[in-house]
Amino acid sequence: MGVLTRKAAIVGVSESDLGYTPDKTFLQLIAEATNRALDDAGLKKSDIDGFFSAGWITMESIMVAEYLGIQPAYSDNTLPGGSAFEFHIEHAVAAISAGLCETALICYAETPLSDRKRRMGRSFTTGAPQEPEEQFEIPYGQWVPVPTYALAAQRHMYQFGTTSAQLAEIAVAARKWASLNPLAAMRDPLSIEDVLASPMMSTPLRLRDCCLVNDGGGAVIVTTAERAVNLRKKPVWILGCGESHTHRSITGMPDLTVTPAKFSGQRAFRMAGLSPSDIDVLELYDSFTITVLLQLEDLGFCPKGEGGRFVEGQRLAPGGLQPANTGGGGLSCLHTGMFGIFLLIEAARQLRGECGDRQVREAKTALCNGIGGSLASSGTVILGVD
Amino acid sequence: MTTEYKKPLPYIHTETRAYWEGAKAHELLLRKCRACGRYHFYPREFCPSCFSFDVEWVKASGRGTVYSVTVCHHPAPGFGKDVPYNIVLVELEEGVRMMSTVVECANDDVLIGMAVEVVYDDVTPEVTLPKFRPVRKTN
Repeated sequence: MGVLTRKAAIVGVSESDLGYTPDKTFLQLIAEATNRALDDAGLKKSDIDGFFSAGWITMESIMVAEYLGIQPAYSDNTLPGGSAFEFHIEHAVAAISAGLCETALICYAETPLSDRKRRMGRSFTTGAPQEPEEQFEIPYGQWVPVPTYALAAQRHMYQFGTTSAQLAEIAVAARKWASLNPLAAMRDPLSIEDVLASPMMSTPLRLRDCCLVNDGGGAVIVTTAERAVNLRKKPVWILGCGESHTHRSITGMPDLTVTPAKFSGQRAFRMAGLSPSDIDVLELYDSFTITVLLQLEDLGFCPKGEGGRFVEGQRLAPGGLQPANTGGGGLSCLHTGMFGIFLLIEAARQLRGECGDRQVREAKTALCNGIGGSLASSGTVILGVD
Repeated sequence: MTTEYKKPLPYIHTETRAYWEGAKAHELLLRKCRACGRYHFYPREFCPSCFSFDVEWVKASGRGTVYSVTVCHHPAPGFGKDVPYNIVLVELEEGVRMMSTVVECANDDVLIGMAVEVVYDDVTPEVTLPKFRPVRKTN
């Protein structure tokens, strides 16, 4: 067992209202998700002494803590993009096992769909002169995120012969899972042909290779092993974690076919003492179809370059050999900007057996992998139940 | 008659001013480490490999190959009239990669592995953007 294995557990999870929430601020969504996650755990707000949040506003975490009325003993606002919450899990377990806090709240919400309609956008860059994108990418018409992921997809196709139809398999599998999830935004049937006929965004990625844009938030509560066994739900043990980032701008990515999931995954598997064949449920960040394919390779579920063949025949779909993104993922359930918290929520529910029509049978282990920025950061969390 | 250039311009600061002054003079300048001999991009005052601060500006050959390419069908702000347009990552002969765009070539003909050479687009009196074109076969 690794240094952090089974030192802490996820004991409460929830999302806020999801989809289009024009009458609510992101703060209201965070409060809503936190309240539901506390209820899920059977804990009170006053039990929280560790506070983890990530968002785009300067000093957002202390704004959120003030709003919720939390004065934490331990606080972390690590923000490597959409993988933030997988990083937070590792940091929370480390803090809890060091005795710096006992019960941690990880919380987040964003309202990009409402913001778009209000014409209140946000940019991945601040326009500050030190940002490499501002000088060396944006003058060429680069924008984040679609063209950056498209450059990675194109390179993968060139090196390994990956096809658009193989990428479409990932979107189709996500839609099949979404059709079984009442919370999912897109539940109508989707075929490979539909994906290939959807509008071109940035070659080779089409609209249905890209995630949705919705409002929503989530909360995850982590506590000590001792406390976890006496709460409302069965503990979802944190068995292994790892984190890594390799670059910021896509120009700086060392190899466009290798994400930092290669490094975060190795660390998480080593800590958990497990290998990919031990994982029952996969929750992989699906900002784009190519994101999933790269993670499958980098986490060791198939060799580098084999991802396209690996996902053929609907392997990731309900009834497939490798169930993945069982709520429908960012491609068909929802995507708010930083999807990583929803990976943890879905994995916890699968391991507790709460997923109804989309329940993976006898799910004992799950792997969540968040990817942030331009394939820049990766956080891996391996979970298990007794 | 000239029209106003409405696309985003590079946000130049002291650490990178020489690069942009070079581009204006139609030279592609790269940072090279005197200690370990490696080039890097984007330019810093030190070597991100060995962390030596003994780095120099060196004129690049301007030749490279397309490492990856995408054709954008949805524009970045300011690029609405250009759609579809290509964005490439070029691997320079010196071993570093930079973002650019390939000109004098149809989007669909910009292919990974294609040999390209730098050309200079004087987009404003102050700013020149290094771009690339396919290397022409000569007899």
